[in-house]
Order: sequence, then structure tokens, then C-alpha cells
Amino acid sequence: MASGPRTPFENPVVEWIDQRLPIFTMVQKEYGVFPTPKNFNYFWNFGAIAMVMLTIMIVTGITLAMHYTAHTMHAFNTVERIMRDVNYGWLLRYVHMNGASFFFIAVYIHIFRGMYYGSYKKPRELLWILGVIIFLLMMATAFMGYVLPWGQMSFWGAQVITNFFSAIPLVGEDLVVWLRGGFAIDNPALTRFFALHYLMPFLIAAVVFLHIWALHVTGSNNPLGIDVKSEKDTLPFNPYYTVKDTFGLVVFLAIYSLFVFFAPNMLGHPDNYIPANPLVTPAHIVPEWYFLPYYAILRAITFDIFIIEAKLGGVIAMFGSIAMLLIMPWLDSHPVRSARFRPLYKFALLLFVAAFAALGVAGAKPAEGLWLAVSQLATAYYFAFFIVILPWLSKNEKALALPNSIHEAVLADKHASAKGAK
Amino acid sequence: MYIRRFLLSVTVALIGLSPLSALASSSGAEHIPDLKWSFDGPFGTYDRASLQRGLQVYRQVCSACHALEHRSYRNLADLGYSEAQIKTIAAEYTVTDGPNDDGEMFDRPARPSDVFKAPFANEKQARASNNGAYPPDLSLITKARIGGANYVYGVLTGYADAPEGVTLQPGQYYNKTMNGHILAMAPPLVEGAIAYEDGSPTTVDQYARDVAHFLTWAAEPEMEQRKRMGVKVFLFLAVFAGIMYATKRQIWSDQH
Repeated sequence: MASGPRTPFENPVVEWIDQRLPIFTMVQKEYGVFPTPKNFNYFWNFGAIAMVMLTIMIVTGITLAMHYTAHTMHAFNTVERIMRDVNYGWLLRYVHMNGASFFFIAVYIHIFRGMYYGSYKKPRELLWILGVIIFLLMMATAFMGYVLPWGQMSFWGAQVITNFFSAIPLVGEDLVVWLRGGFAIDNPALTRFFALHYLMPFLIAAVVFLHIWALHVTGSNNPLGIDVKSEKDTLPFNPYYTVKDTFGLVVFLAIYSLFVFFAPNMLGHPDNYIPANPLVTPAHIVPEWYFLPYYAILRAITFDIFIIEAKLGGVIAMFGSIAMLLIMPWLDSHPVRSARFRPLYKFALLLFVAAFAALGVAGAKPAEGLWLAVSQLATAYYFAFFIVILPWLSKNEKALALPNSIHEAVLADKHASAKGAK
Repeated sequence: MYIRRFLLSVTVALIGLSPLSALASSSGAEHIPDLKWSFDGPFGTYDRASLQRGLQVYRQVCSACHALEHRSYRNLADLGYSEAQIKTIAAEYTVTDGPNDDGEMFDRPARPSDVFKAPFANEKQARASNNGAYPPDLSLITKARIGGANYVYGVLTGYADAPEGVTLQPGQYYNKTMNGHILAMAPPLVEGAIAYEDGSPTTVDQYARDVAHFLTWAAEPEMEQRKRMGVKVFLFLAVFAGIMYATKRQIWSDQH
């Protein structure tokens, strides 16, 4: 990547390596002097935080895999063995288990940041799509990881999720048998989920690499959503953003540590401490909290749409809700990126966040009565936001006046706050 | 400003989306008592005397039907017993080992490294002895039920006459706390049935508290170490965050 003219390094070892493989030059260029807009707020921390969470998950995950046995007779017991007899095994497992939740928290905030400040728009469409692919891979990885402890929710969650595919016309039933490696969730399903759960984080890491590569081609967006115009608008990544990211990261880790050490099971489900039993169905089968909004969308479709049966409709709606993110750069063609200058878009987006949160709450409740109505209403808004509101706003929303440059806006802010202080 | 708003929104989101908060209101187990436990809170620890009494209740009552397969006799060191005491306790049980060099299974006294002896050889035998009901293993019971120790205490003290409209089959009992309210376990604790050596009251209430305490330890033996480490980790991260914030202000002072 970093070929072309090179500034020599003083350290002879570094210089020797860099002449042959300019890795230090690359790091210097991409993380040292990399020109970064000077007006980032703390929302811009979450990319780095997500990256650290991925690393934590891979390190703890590989260590857990050394002690885990992927067999229906042993899986539950080896997890308890890790919790009780492996040195600091409880720490590894609670860091990994809560790490999944905090990885999703970081990524959800990261996605919201992208939506709010228009980071998905030209020229960053591919960067955004790679991000959505990472999100999809994360969901698959998290789902398969949740199956491994082989508790009641592991088993029944796997049963429900694999059953989605039976909704596909003609080949559905056969496909489900193929996916499970049998007529029901059993040992073949557990071993393949373990193999894939081990593989997918490395696929995520590979797509993260592409995501960051694409980012370093277009450069970062910023809270104003306007392009960088001159050197005055930017700062070198190091030390300005290395220190700011580290501060944000440590605060995030501090909150995460409160869950790991003081409420390690708060985000989980008690039923998963009951060994899997194919003969006893839990009263309510619920996925992990980070899937609840999508689970609510799945169950919101309780009616047939023309020739599409309700079950298939639910599955289409659920996958469609992610597909909306993929095509978002083309649904919203408004020339202004940041919601700061688009009051209508801002309102619609915050309502979208509220609908998403409502779906999350409704996803944890039985799909009946009031909660079903909430799910259906929120699902309707979810899709309307993408299919109706975004294209309409693209044509009709009049944006507020944009500042001339990042530099000017930052100076104006400084004057305003200085006046305010007096 | 941003950070504060973040913390707030993250907390709100966590509370809002937590399946636990959703489940607590929808599970139908509305009679879970709310007791004070020594292990509550970030600095909570187990009460050794209560754990030892709870072990006594488990051994004399619960262990007749319920296994504790994830605990070994050696783990009783956590409760304050010496190695010699643990050997004596273990030796009171007979376990099957083998095969020996002649290919025969044989009985021997249990050793500290053995897991707590299970009352039944397998699930079928357990069901055959309990009117078809399977007494669950208790190693994880406080983690596997909403309410934890409070739930266990609630079930043990929550027996009542069935309300009107609920008919019980022979061998069934009504319980205010139990999920679904009907269970096959007869009220296990009887006042005065277990003789405590330390002068604690020999009431059903005290037995239930002690055994719930003991089962919390059985489910989360690492809790004290976890919380001690958590305090240190959090303090470290808090101080580190403070230093990073100061550094950030220093570095950015020539900018904003």
C-alpha cells in the first residue's frame, strides 16, 4: 500500500525493516499524520471502541475454546467447569459473554452516528455497505455463540432461528434439515455452530480491514457533514485523536467492567443456566437483547400479504429491515449530510430511534395484545422511514445554511462559547 | 456534555432493552420476597456461619432428592472447613468407583475430590422415586431462576392452601412463589427438624435463609473474588480515565 517516496527512520532496525517492507511508513501515514477533521465529537470514538471489543472477543474466545467441548453431552458442563475450575475462567467467560453485549452497544451507537451525520452518503457508500456486512456477520456470530453453552435458551433459540428458513417456499423444509445436520437441533448443529463461531470473527476482522481501508481513501466524515477543504480543517490523527479515542475507550471499558464484575448475568436470561432439554419448551423463547428489535419485526407480521404467508412475511420483513440499511445511501439522495442542517430529517431519525427502542421492548414481550400493536406500528414506521420518508425528504427538505468550512465553524463556536463564558 | 448524555442514554437503553426487566413483569411469579442478604451489593460477601448451616440443611434435607453435581467436597474449604474436616465429611458418603484391575466396580468412601454424591443413579430412577417428577440439580438454581436466592427462599417458605378454583392432584402442592404455583415437592422444611449447633433459631424461616445462602454460593463460588477484583478494576479505569482526560485537555489546549 504505502509505496512511493519514503522518509528514512532514525532507528537503524526500523529503517532496515521499512526499506524492505514499509510497514512503519504505512502506520505513520495512516495513523500518525493522517489528516482528520478537527471537529469530531465523542460519537466518533465508537469505531475505535468497536475495534477494541472485537479484539477482546477474539482473545477471550480463543482462550475459552481451549477449555470448551462442543458436544451435547459435555457442552453445558464444560462451561460450568470453566466457570468453577479453570483459573480465572469465570473472568474469561463473563468478559466474553458481556463483551458481546458491549460490542453491540458500541456498534449500534456507531451506526446511529453514521445515520445522524450522513456518513453513508457519497463518497462513502461502499464504506457504509462494508459496515452493514460487518453488522450482519456479527449477528450470525453472536447467535451461534449463544448456542454453545447449550442451555435452554441456546437450544430453543437455535430451534426457532433455524426454523426461519422453513418459511422459504419449496426448498424450506429440506434446507432446514441441511442447515441443522438433522431433523432437529442436536450434536451436528452444535459442532458446526462451534466451527463457524470460531471462523466468523476472522471474517469480521477481514471486513473491518476493508472498512478501514475504504475509510482511509475517502477520509472521515464529521459532525458538520461538509468536506474537508484545506489543511486548516484537519489535525494529525496522532496525538489529537489517539488521546481522545483512548479517553473514550477507557470510559466505555469502565462501564463494561461494572457489568462484568457486578452484574454479569443482568443482560442474559436465567433459563440459559438450565441444561438444554428438547422435551421442555421455555415459557417465552427470547433472543439476546441486541436481537429483540428484529425479533419484534419478525413477529409483527401476523397476517398474510397476498400470496405470502405470515411466517414467510415475517422472515422477509426481518431480513428486509437490514437490507434497508444496505440501500440507505440511495434512498436518501439529499445533498446535505449532517442532520444538524436538516431539521426534518433529524426529527424523522430520532423518531426512528424511538421506534427501534420500542421494538426492542416489544420483542421481549409475548406477541399479543398491546405489545403486538406496538410492534406493528413501530415496524410500519421502520419501513416507512426508509421507503417513504427518506426519498420524500431528499426532494423536499430545505436544508439550513451550511458553514463555509470546518475551520470557520470551529472558530465561530469558540467565539460563541467565549462570549457565553463572559 | 456529550459524555454525560451518552452515559445516560446507554443506561436508559440498557434498562429499557434488558430482557430481565421485561421478564420480571411478565413471568407470573409475583410473590418473590425481597430479603436482605450479606452478599448483596458491590462489596457483599458470604456469611460463613450461614453457609455452614445451609450445608447442614442441604445434607440433611435437600440432598435426599436433589443433586449438586457442580460442587466437590473439596470446595467446602470456601465455607471455612479444614482439610481434615472435609475428609471426614466426604468419608460419610459411599461412592462407586472402578473398574479395578479385575474389571469389577467397587464401593469406597468418598474423597474430597469427588463431586457431591447424587441421590439417584439417573433421571429415570429419580422420577420413579418422586411420582414422576424430576428434582432438579441445585448447583445453578439461584442463577437459573428470576429472583435468585429470594426465589429459593420464597419457594421454601411459600407453601399455602390452594386458592379457590385451583384443584390439586394427589401429590401436588400449592406454592405462592413457584413458577406456575403447583409443584410435586412436599414442604421440605419443618420447624425444629434440624438441630443447629451455633444456637441460631431452628425455624423454617432460618433454614430457608441458610440454604438459599448456601445455594447462592454453590451457583456463584467466585462471587467474592469477582467483586474484589471488580472494585480494583473499576478504580483503575476511573483513575486512568481521569489521567487520559487531563492529557487530552493538555494536548488539545492549542486547538479549542
